[in-house]
Amino acid sequence: MSDSEKKKPNRRDFIVTATTAAGAVGVGAVVWPLVDQMNPDASVKALASTEVDISAVEPGQSITVLWRGKPVFIKRRTQDEIDSARAVDLSELKHPEKDEDRAKNPEWLVMLGVCTHLGCVPLTDKGDYGAWFCPCHGSHYDTSGRIRKGPAPTNMEVPKYEFVNSNTIKIG
Amino acid sequence: MSDHEYTPKSKVGKWFNDRLPLLTLANHLTDYPTPKNLNYWWTFGGILTFCLITQIITGIVLGMHYVAHADLAFQSVEHIMRDVNYGWLIRYVHANGASMFFLAVYIHIFRSLYYGSYKSPREVIWIIGMLIYFLMMATAFMGYVLPWGQMSFWGATVITNLFSAIPLVGESITNWLWGGYSVDNPTLTRFFSLHYLFPFLILGLVVLHIWALHVPGNNNPIGIDIKKPSKDTVPFHPYIVIKDAFALLIFLLIFAFFVFFSPNILGHADNYIEANPLVTPAHIVPEWYLLPFYAILRSVPDKLLGVIAMFAAIFVLVILPWLDTSKVRSTVFRPIYKQFYWFLVADVLILGYVGAMPAEGLYLLIARVATAYYFAHFLIILPFLGLKEKTTPLPLSITEPILGGSADMAMARNNSDFKEKL
Repeated sequence: MSDSEKKKPNRRDFIVTATTAAGAVGVGAVVWPLVDQMNPDASVKALASTEVDISAVEPGQSITVLWRGKPVFIKRRTQDEIDSARAVDLSELKHPEKDEDRAKNPEWLVMLGVCTHLGCVPLTDKGDYGAWFCPCHGSHYDTSGRIRKGPAPTNMEVPKYEFVNSNTIKIG
Repeated sequence: MSDHEYTPKSKVGKWFNDRLPLLTLANHLTDYPTPKNLNYWWTFGGILTFCLITQIITGIVLGMHYVAHADLAFQSVEHIMRDVNYGWLIRYVHANGASMFFLAVYIHIFRSLYYGSYKSPREVIWIIGMLIYFLMMATAFMGYVLPWGQMSFWGATVITNLFSAIPLVGESITNWLWGGYSVDNPTLTRFFSLHYLFPFLILGLVVLHIWALHVPGNNNPIGIDIKKPSKDTVPFHPYIVIKDAFALLIFLLIFAFFVFFSPNILGHADNYIEANPLVTPAHIVPEWYLLPFYAILRSVPDKLLGVIAMFAAIFVLVILPWLDTSKVRSTVFRPIYKQFYWFLVADVLILGYVGAMPAEGLYLLIARVATAYYFAHFLIILPFLGLKEKTTPLPLSITEPILGGSADMAMARNNSDFKEKL
């Protein structure tokens, strides 16, 4: 075969290309359901929100509730704790976030009680900042739940929540 | 491999063998020429095969009584321990069997490191071995989750969270692995399914591992190429079979000691508390055989880099045949490497120790130094040492030291052309 003949696609080349393309789409269509079945299913997603009664929580107290299989810390902060969280200079923080943005109502801090390092539940009122300390790999969080020391990369996550009334928080 | 063609003696045997040459395979395996100087460190291949079969048999039996559901798993394991006939024995054999499996595989790997069994032409055997090792770790991890105790749950949480370190897609991947937003029932059921599958994948890889071994044949303690079959070899059966069987009996004594006298010593008391997603145990520790990697993970202060370092610690082993530039296989003839070899053994033991300790203060410092040394051994010391090191002369054959007129290797070498190198 000469070079010019090689370059010119013939009917067989078309069939090979078309078959390969159709085959690839077919394989993809078969593989995707097998992969996607492992994603959170409808029954897991249905448990999207939780309402919590906070009327019994005194200042300085903290409660832990379960939301989507994860613990959520609801802390009623004292004035001292709020002041120390708000006094921090943002440049000192590994993951700079204002306390005002994390706790819209300064008295109530609501966040996932999950260490952002490898998912352990930090201990309350422990650690160098008198707030949260993760026993697994030694991450210290401040009274705003922000990472201050240790391997965790980010602050503890604040989930979507709202005050339904003054005694009830809806998470999710 | 035997060079001669094999023909079964019986007519039926010949008829069958012409259609499916199983008898030829059996003959190859019994006649397989093996270096006659193999020491007891070479018996761990057989021991490991035994361990795998034991885990599969006990595992299938446990699967008949275990219930893979977050609400029932913990009770079903207690049911196995208390109600099922000999359930305690079968579960203790399975749980301690995992530890024995790892004990044997670590000896097997370090034997390979000492005698250079990973070097040309055995790189593929080594890589398949590393794949087996990796699958073993995955299988053991998922198996540890099944009893659904506190260590199961939080171990699973920590390890699956490793994937959340991946930029951009990390969270989607962890949710995909969990089948939810945390470790929960969907995670347990898929781990059970995969924990049942993986041993059979390992079994398939073991067949490839042995097949790849039978192409060049065994390495040996002096690491030289030998002619096969020759006066340097003995047939696998009965010589090696008997030796392996004897070593296996000794190994079983240790195995039985753990099963019958201290079945829980290698586990954690926390795992007899049912999983509770609201409380993390004060001190999460993986099983002992994963501790060195855990120490490497924790020694890096950055989450993503820690995860990368941990996986790199395994990957560096896979490419070892190309990192070690020395042509001489056996450490016996590498006086400097011999010292570094024992440094590495000590380094891995130290990593294992600090992996079990809290990640703070002096322990963290030691873990960092040991991690740095681990990588330095493979990435710096091995490539350079292979080029620089002056090795001692190799004998020409396994029998040379004897046939040279003396058991003293140095005297025997006087007869060889390697004299000038001395």
